[in-house]
Amino acid sequence: MTKDDIKSIVLKIIAEIAPDEDLTNIAPEVRLRDQLELDSMDFLDIVMELRKQYSIEVPEADYQELASLDSCANYLEPKFAALQGS
Amino acid sequence: MNFNFNKPQKDHYDVAIIGAGMSGMAAAIRLAHFGKEVCLLERHNVIGGLNSFYSIAGRKYDVGLHALTNYVEAGTKGTPIVKILRQLRISRDELDLNPQRFSKIAFPGINLKFGNNFQFLESEIDREFPDQADGFQKLLLRIYEWNDKEFDYPDVSAREIVAQCLSNPTLVDMLFCPLMFYGNARENDMEFGQFVILFKSLFFEGFARPFEGIRTMLRTVRKKLKKSGAEHCMKLGVKKIHVDSSRVESLELENGRTISADIVLSCAGWPETLKLCADIKFEEPDENIGRLSFTETINVLNCQPLELGIEDTIIFFNDSERFTFARPKNLVDAKSGVICMPNNYLYSDGRQLDEGFVRFTAQANFEKWNSLDDDSYQSEKNQWFDCIGESACKFLPVYSFSEIQKRTIATDMFTPKTVKKFTGRLDGAVYGSPLKTKAGKTHLENLYICGTDQGFLGIIGAMLSGITIANRYVLRD
Repeated sequence: MTKDDIKSIVLKIIAEIAPDEDLTNIAPEVRLRDQLELDSMDFLDIVMELRKQYSIEVPEADYQELASLDSCANYLEPKFAALQGS
Repeated sequence: MNFNFNKPQKDHYDVAIIGAGMSGMAAAIRLAHFGKEVCLLERHNVIGGLNSFYSIAGRKYDVGLHALTNYVEAGTKGTPIVKILRQLRISRDELDLNPQRFSKIAFPGINLKFGNNFQFLESEIDREFPDQADGFQKLLLRIYEWNDKEFDYPDVSAREIVAQCLSNPTLVDMLFCPLMFYGNARENDMEFGQFVILFKSLFFEGFARPFEGIRTMLRTVRKKLKKSGAEHCMKLGVKKIHVDSSRVESLELENGRTISADIVLSCAGWPETLKLCADIKFEEPDENIGRLSFTETINVLNCQPLELGIEDTIIFFNDSERFTFARPKNLVDAKSGVICMPNNYLYSDGRQLDEGFVRFTAQANFEKWNSLDDDSYQSEKNQWFDCIGESACKFLPVYSFSEIQKRTIATDMFTPKTVKKFTGRLDGAVYGSPLKTKAGKTHLENLYICGTDQGFLGIIGAMLSGITIANRYVLRD
């Protein structure tokens, strides 16, 4: 799983949660919150969908790691790798 | 009674939810979506709780829904309606929201119109109360500054804060009138936090109605509920909540079964839930039981209200010098009320309801209605039906109630007694307890309250409450 794969997974989840948002020009290095109307409830959903769809656990203390697409990819890459290894 | 002993299917659940009201269903959908084993228990054979419908002679009548508050246009971000659509994965189109024409607050000699654009109300206030314009801006500032995302906000008097901003008592009453009728559980005053929630949902946001009324909402939610995989048991109420050292140990059901759950959410109301708890000796009257209830009369017309010159969607009226919001001394207080014309929404694609509807709502006294014998109950209903109509028609462009009656092809009426019977709310208290739990917590560690008594209001508020409580106490563990 490459970082780009992970970014598209996160984008796919955001599209499910917030179908009313335009996701075509998301800058990967900029905080998602600054580009989209996402609140803490929506971030909870990103975490919950990662758990539901990919069995990835994100503890509450790490929610900040999901701030931008780049930080998501960096943070989630080892988690996806561990999953494939197991 | 015929009980189905096979329900529920299991003996233990992650979460049990008492009541298939809007908040209970919203919580169930979320929790089941994220893999929790959920059991939703409803003692009636219909969903929706305080928001439901019934049929008489093939005609469907909504209960509760005059207007869906919190309406914002598609594309508006961050408001309650957008949150619930996202959280429940419901598409906006499914709700078929059609905005109101306009509504008004009508007091003797003064009207304030408002619509789904806040500037309209501001200009009306400038026109009728020019010396209050600065004070009104001051009040708006207090509303913006209020943080309604906080769970445990302080209980401060809205009357006090509004009086610090506005000096004209008529304007103060005119602002309180619709907010109180649409969601205040407390007599004479309200918590400022509740005032803010209602002010935003009625005035900053606005009114809309699905073409098929509450049935559209219920159909959408039921479809989601089915898809979510939550088990829902109809006609199966909770008889007792058994307690073991400050935790819910089990739920004893009306069919004799007992189930357990790690967490129990109740949307049955706060005092109503406490009454079920085996460790509490609940005695009525209790200060947690709301004193406010309503009666509603419905005239079905053989014409559109517009043909009678009635253009408004909702009219909040008061015919006294001061507006009173409290349990009336008589069966009904017909001096103030709400008039709703479900036909007067801007339905898309040129749709219009075949028949005309005019609904009158007024404050009513549960205790008095409840103490009547069958014969007097009927005769009082007939008498008050006319009395409410006469009083409300002073605020309609008709000569008298007889003009409405002449076009009437069917009528119905419900009283606080009806509300109690179908919702289980003690004293028919539609807006629940005057004291809200806010954080949703109870005296038991794993029992939480959602819905009206948690403090969010209206249909959208109730659903947001179910979602918030589910997120906070179940999903974010």
